Amino acid sequence: MFSATWVAETAQGCRDNPGGACWAYLFEKAPFMLYGTYPFEERWRPTIASLLIIAALVASCDRRMWNWRMAAMWAVVAVAGWILMFGGVFGLPYVETGLWGGLPVTLILSVVALAAAFPMAILLALGRRSNLPAIKALCVVFIELIRGVPLISLLIMASVMLPLFLPDGVTIDKFLRALVAFSLFAAAYLAEVIRGGLQAIPKGQYEAADALGLGYRMKTQLIILPQALRMVIPPLVNTFIGFFKDTSLVYIIGIYDLLTAGESAVKDPAWRGFANETYLFLAAVYFIFCFSMSRYSQYLERDLNKAHQR
Amino acid sequence: MSNAARNLDDAPVAIELRNVNKWYGQFHVLTDINLTVRKGEKVVVCGPSGSGKSTMIRCVNRLEEHQTGDIVVDGMTLTNDIKGIEAIRREVGMVFQQFNLFPHLTILENLTLAPIWVRKMPKKEAEELAMMFLERVRIPEQAAKYPGQLSGGQQQRVAIARALCMRPKIMLFDEPTSALDPEMVKEVLDVMIELANEGMTMICVTHEMGFARSVADNVVFMDRGEIVEMAAPTEFFANPKSDRTRLFLSQILQH
Repeated sequence: MFSATWVAETAQGCRDNPGGACWAYLFEKAPFMLYGTYPFEERWRPTIASLLIIAALVASCDRRMWNWRMAAMWAVVAVAGWILMFGGVFGLPYVETGLWGGLPVTLILSVVALAAAFPMAILLALGRRSNLPAIKALCVVFIELIRGVPLISLLIMASVMLPLFLPDGVTIDKFLRALVAFSLFAAAYLAEVIRGGLQAIPKGQYEAADALGLGYRMKTQLIILPQALRMVIPPLVNTFIGFFKDTSLVYIIGIYDLLTAGESAVKDPAWRGFANETYLFLAAVYFIFCFSMSRYSQYLERDLNKAHQR
Repeated sequence: MSNAARNLDDAPVAIELRNVNKWYGQFHVLTDINLTVRKGEKVVVCGPSGSGKSTMIRCVNRLEEHQTGDIVVDGMTLTNDIKGIEAIRREVGMVFQQFNLFPHLTILENLTLAPIWVRKMPKKEAEELAMMFLERVRIPEQAAKYPGQLSGGQQQRVAIARALCMRPKIMLFDEPTSALDPEMVKEVLDVMIELANEGMTMICVTHEMGFARSVADNVVFMDRGEIVEMAAPTEFFANPKSDRTRLFLSQILQH
């Protein structure tokens, strides 16, 4: 690893030093892995979009941001990210989603899918505990159906089968379809995690809220959910981490996420034979994100529980 | 205040239960309950465990649903209409055996939550109200703490203050001292006695017979889902009419 080749113009430079790793290859190929097939001269756009998302994620970690400011911030990031990635306005050339690739794809898939899935999951979890039989049945069927199917089959359905059912001339972007499939899948899993938290709330909390005259919405928003969500932070983050990595499954429907872009870098004939370096690099990128999430959840748990201990 | 001297017969009716029946499946928990509580009246309910005392007072604010009979609270008849139920709950405060404070909120937030969200009171006003009641239950210095940081007796006093912040017309107490260590019972009972002396209408399920003697206008004895006996405390303790009452009193007053 350390007696490695750091600088080389071509693959030959590395092959001359068979004992060491070829980091020169990474310098050469990392941009491709990070950006995929996004047009070369426009790569600054996904760079800024990714940095924006990462910055917003970091800012969201601060609990003082957990109010209208967070929603406003993400709205700005969403609009800016949209404009940057698609272009077509302000003189930016239009880039279709088929050309997107690498890190921004992984980030957009996981952040947008989980952000969409989370509120859906809360509603599903509440619905599954509803007294109204129709709502309850609907939620149970949705959760069990989605959970009962592998994610891959859901992705294939979204990419191959769905268009068959759409009328001629109507097309939904493949990337968007993948996003929707991911959101639904994540929602079903998160709903069950959140339901676990709801079930752990003692009956007395509901009764105390009822006795004060709080209606269902206020009781849920002010008393039940804050406690339930706090309780399920570890399994929640576990699911988040799982889904962040599962986004790599989109390779199956031909979307160039981080891992797929890395795979195709390995196949470049000019630089054949450096798979180890590629996967080490990719693993490191995934690890940085997942480990940060894990550390943050530990911090959050400690911080939220500080007040409860005597 | 002497309870025997007071004449409550002219006071308006605060709570009325007429032929109330409730079943859990086959099990008949409440059988033909008839009870009238007038404004300013303090009723203590006692009886062996499983006799339906808690269930009865929990029917008053619809934490439990009764199947037949009528319950009228503050002039409103309880029905399945959720708006009506919430209207009644706004006027009826409840204190639980297990305190049931909201552990994720500070003491002050526990107290101001319902006034702000249910009564739509401005935050500042709600906080002033909360501090006033915290002073009345003698723990204003705990306002910024969380429930888990307080002793049982302190938590129960907070729970009483929380209910009072809604300015209820009626207070229900469901064994408020049963979960407390003995040395903390008094501090809670003192607060309840003060409240009684201020003229609050109260139904209190408790085994504290000293409290019943000094505060209650009427003592209700329940057994197996029925009201067996109801009398003023002097009468109730001196001349219990039924054997079941005598047996119960002999068991709990022995020591």
